[in-house]
Amino acid sequence: MKRRDFLKYAGATTAAGSLAGLASCATTPSKARVVVIGGGFGGATAAKYIRLWDPSIDVVLVERESAFTSCPISNLVLAGYSNMQEIGHSYDALRRHGVQVVSDEASAIDPAKKTVRLARGGDITYERLIVSPGIDFNFGEVQGYEAAMNSGRVLHAWKAGAQTIELRRQLEQMRDGGVYVLAIPLAPYRCPPGPYERASMVAAYFKQAKPRSKVLVLDANPDVTSKGGLFKAAWKDLYPGILEYRGNAKAIGVDTANMTVKLEVEDVKGDVLNIVPPHRAGNIAMQAGLITTNNRWCDVDWRTMESKKVPGIYVLGDATLSAPGMPKSASMANGHAKIAAAAIIGALSGRGADPEPKIINTCYSFVSQKEAIRVSSVHQWNAGQSTLLAVKGSGGVSAARSEAEGTYAWNWARTMWADALA
Amino acid sequence: MKAILFVAVALTAAPVAAQELPGRNLAATCAICHGTEGRVTTKDSRLIPLAGLPRDHIATQMRAFRDGKRPATVMHQIAKGYTDPQIDAMAAWFAAQKR
Repeated sequence: MKRRDFLKYAGATTAAGSLAGLASCATTPSKARVVVIGGGFGGATAAKYIRLWDPSIDVVLVERESAFTSCPISNLVLAGYSNMQEIGHSYDALRRHGVQVVSDEASAIDPAKKTVRLARGGDITYERLIVSPGIDFNFGEVQGYEAAMNSGRVLHAWKAGAQTIELRRQLEQMRDGGVYVLAIPLAPYRCPPGPYERASMVAAYFKQAKPRSKVLVLDANPDVTSKGGLFKAAWKDLYPGILEYRGNAKAIGVDTANMTVKLEVEDVKGDVLNIVPPHRAGNIAMQAGLITTNNRWCDVDWRTMESKKVPGIYVLGDATLSAPGMPKSASMANGHAKIAAAAIIGALSGRGADPEPKIINTCYSFVSQKEAIRVSSVHQWNAGQSTLLAVKGSGGVSAARSEAEGTYAWNWARTMWADALA
Repeated sequence: MKAILFVAVALTAAPVAAQELPGRNLAATCAICHGTEGRVTTKDSRLIPLAGLPRDHIATQMRAFRDGKRPATVMHQIAKGYTDPQIDAMAAWFAAQKR
């Protein structure tokens, strides 16, 4: 605790360069400081890889949570197949890489002065800034949502953490014969297959513990947006009479007095209402003027991840205006982090960026306690279209759901956690 | 263009030789399953650590996945995303890493 406080206040300075004394792992004189806002899959991976590839660079990671909580695998917590301890990880190992982890919230960015303001006071100066803020929600698009969420009656649980625990509690307390309603926003949203995995996990739990209960999926999209054939086959085989899927069913309001979700044409009643509102880039991206598109997303140069609006700031992960065919996934955020790490090191050393970056997406989803399905794609720079595009003929999904894919899913999650944080 | 980049790197005495960079960057994206720098450190993993494997072995296996000669759950789909020079660059980089 004392050590953390020391780091916290040591990180907050008003004078440029006063963090240098803390960069004890750097064996050569410090040549530049990179500040990273957000310690999720994008930010943590970028912080680690910059240190790995160029230990002369000071890296400061600003993260408001004291520990990392993984969205991947969090749906298994809802079913009782995993727990918060398993999906939680410390930032301590990043400190061993020489990353200075500051437990605070970035409240403002000044791109002209190249400073990040901390909520608890003080500014940190940077040469290059990485903003990996994840998502925040457009609550206003679902009438009554914010009040319903604040009352604790309605949850999104689309950022793993306190709401994950609370949703699990609501599912455990729900009567047998009750209805769990999951409302999915229009794409793009974080983790395209995530809602369908969640529906599968809750159905698996009901089948085991409350067999008269139902899962009702209200999808604003016309059809399942990812791994559709595989999810539907699993639902038909494993959860007949338990899981019902409705496409083109957009939640536009919620009424907690009657526990109903309002759709455009009807109201739907439920016992547990899990409504995921539409997303946008995290608040700090909006504050810093990084949003370029539809008041929601941050467009970037995909060779470097540098903002198309504010030079010197690199945006990673779900907050980006996704390249064509690119999902908002942990795996893609990991790839973004490595493009940015290479580009920033290249820029600071005068070498320039990788002229043709290439990254892989691989995402596993569980459909039962042991069985999983997967989607993969390879994305590379296309000079003609100035973006990353999937390589023709590459990528695809699992041949079928299987326990082997379930084992690989656990391997993937643990390895991705380690690649970001260990 | 590339020649100019290489000269620039030589002059700045970078910690990593320029010709290794494409291999390093390509190999980095394998880490989500095969571990940071190709070293799998997580428990019970079935994934193969790539660090320190012979260069020819890695390249041969990637081509076998790509051409459908080695059965796979995922690697046949991923390997199709890489050209021969990219496969060779990744293989050389992994082969040069400590196990």
